[in-house]
Amino acid sequence: MNDIWLVLGGTLTGAVGPGISVLYATYGELITERAGRINLGIEGSMLMGACFGFIATVETGSVTLGVLSGMVGGSLLSLVLAYLVIYRNTNQLATGFALTLFGAGITAYAGRTYVDSTINGLNPITVPILSEIPKLGIALFEQDVLAYIAYILGPVLFLGLHYTRTGLSLKAVGESISVAYAAGRNPYMIQIVAIAMGGALAGLGGAQLSLGFTHTWSEGMTVGRGFVAVGLVIFAMWSPLRAMVGAFLFGGAIGLQLQLQTIGAPVSPFILDMLPYLIIIFVMSLWSRAAARAMPEGLKGVLRATT
Amino acid sequence: MYNRIQQIPVFKQSHRIWIGAFLLLAIMVLAACSSQESTIVPAEATIAPDISSSSDSRPTTVTATSPTEAELKGGSTEIFLQGFEDAIANSNFRSTSEFAAAAKPLDAGEKLKVGFIFVGSQKDLGYNQAAAEGSQYLEKAFSDIEVLRSENIPETADVQAVEEQMIRDGAKIIFATSYGYSGPTKEIIEKHPDVMFLHMGDVESYENYSSFFGNIWQLEYAAGQVAGETSETGKLGFIAAFPIPQTLLNVNAFHLGAQSVNPDIETTFVLTSSWCDPAKQATAVQAMIDAGVDVLTQHQDCTKTIVEAAERAGIYVSGFHQDASPAAPNAWLTGAAWNWGPVYAEIVASIRQGTYKSSVMFQGLDAGWVQLSPFGSFIPDGVKQRALETVEQLRSGSFQPFTGPITDQDGNIQIADGVVPTDAELQGTGYLLQGITGRTN
Repeated sequence: MNDIWLVLGGTLTGAVGPGISVLYATYGELITERAGRINLGIEGSMLMGACFGFIATVETGSVTLGVLSGMVGGSLLSLVLAYLVIYRNTNQLATGFALTLFGAGITAYAGRTYVDSTINGLNPITVPILSEIPKLGIALFEQDVLAYIAYILGPVLFLGLHYTRTGLSLKAVGESISVAYAAGRNPYMIQIVAIAMGGALAGLGGAQLSLGFTHTWSEGMTVGRGFVAVGLVIFAMWSPLRAMVGAFLFGGAIGLQLQLQTIGAPVSPFILDMLPYLIIIFVMSLWSRAAARAMPEGLKGVLRATT
Repeated sequence: MYNRIQQIPVFKQSHRIWIGAFLLLAIMVLAACSSQESTIVPAEATIAPDISSSSDSRPTTVTATSPTEAELKGGSTEIFLQGFEDAIANSNFRSTSEFAAAAKPLDAGEKLKVGFIFVGSQKDLGYNQAAAEGSQYLEKAFSDIEVLRSENIPETADVQAVEEQMIRDGAKIIFATSYGYSGPTKEIIEKHPDVMFLHMGDVESYENYSSFFGNIWQLEYAAGQVAGETSETGKLGFIAAFPIPQTLLNVNAFHLGAQSVNPDIETTFVLTSSWCDPAKQATAVQAMIDAGVDVLTQHQDCTKTIVEAAERAGIYVSGFHQDASPAAPNAWLTGAAWNWGPVYAEIVASIRQGTYKSSVMFQGLDAGWVQLSPFGSFIPDGVKQRALETVEQLRSGSFQPFTGPITDQDGNIQIADGVVPTDAELQGTGYLLQGITGRTN
């Protein structure tokens, strides 16, 4: 019984820790896809955020500047994607993937002398009353400031998308560019802004990873978490609230497999290692029909390649 | 409709071209920078040129190095050199004078190129940094050697590509420093019969593929004693990457050391399935703390994240590979570390002399291949004293902690009562000891 509580508590702690960075990237990809574009360069944007956030923190000593640089780095990379796919009409999937590889290369180069740098970083802030909730409290309310922002950002994005003019414009562009244009919007500008914001959020996720969660820069440290975010957007059916569930589920699965190892569960760690991805694949296969219905119209051309 | 969409303007036509040109330029500049990085970078360290212009144009003959005791961190020069002599004497392969290009004399002004391939960053405060510092030692030891380094190379066919590139660039000796390089490297050794490949940690050798590794478990044992005496909860945590024999030997030694001072000690063994994934390391630290662990140690390549996370969480940490004590002034106990410099230098020297023969070598404290990291400032003198005594006992060989009976997790006797295992047997460890929670597969 004790073990079960230990595992559950640990899974929750694990859910939030590694989950936050994925959550930011998921928000970012979600905004991009709501505007009718898909950005596979999100992994590269996360790396840019992690790397340049770390470098800026080392150089200036200010975490705030670090976080901002991470956001700028992430959005710069996604702006390249915006230019290529919107002006040059390149294939979105190929362009995004190429930018991920590009981001990995440039961060490996730029960050190589910072691998052993020590930073003060973002430290956990304990929320007074909430952190005393048994089991849940420590997991959820003893985190760095970016985690709290991520909690709030989900509902904010949800309200923003569905109840503000800007959100409605964004969704309209994602559904049909010509209709949005006819309604007096500037659809490509909206897409560019959405892609840039998406990159900035992914960069923020990367910065949380390097500045908050690990206090370390290391080459390729996101290890595919950006691609996980792309999957999570489909999993979340383009809803920010479900994105939170998805990201924490993914983080929780990482936490769970390490917890199971600490109690000596009779399962091979190699199989446990697949758990986070298996869970995502499983849920996605369950929801595939519903997800297809929820998909913004503008994405269908890209994902199904029927035009 | 397609046409109409195309007509929707965002910026003026003339601006678009400039934006495009700028982005292209930026990409090209950045790509140029990063592609330069991904190829092999020659050594940065500057060595005074040693080309005696006027006098003899013949190359300098290289004699064996004789590292001092200080360079061997307390190990004996005699035993260090004897280890090499024994390995060569027991080898069934031809000596390097008969096939190795590195054993041929150099032309005037020419430098012998030695390649080093690392699986991670050379500044990882861990395994790769220890190896990189060894390569710097090598560079300083010989004035006519140029070291080629390539870092962050995965343990896949990628390493073959790097090795081929280094050979094209003129490397005659290649150090493949990561355990997982063994498979890919062995596939190309026949293609390059005159290049000498040195692998760290394999248990087999071929004519131009030799392997060596340090008995770092000896220091894991001593560090385990310090950990056992420091722990208040009686629970130690070991965060590893993969359950390879070296790792299992290390966790067993660490546990055994801790058990020698606290018979009830428990060790939790967790795998992250990556030599360096900081986010997973941080999650593992959290899982360990949840499980009540208050002393952590690790077998990861990059050690910084775990060391710093322990410091922030207010628990203790024992180091591995490299002295990382400055990163954790309040958490650092001690640690096991390498001393590769003299080893690399001696290997290269005897290859050039032509006397070297492929072998599988394991050496430890007595030959100065490994060393104990500095103690944390708060460690009581009694604890330090005991650890240092253990180190001396292990160095002199008067004490072998793995003397049987040694019982594994499932209660099976792995080393029978009174049996003293050989180094090679220990390097093939495939089990965890009683008292360790975790799995080997």
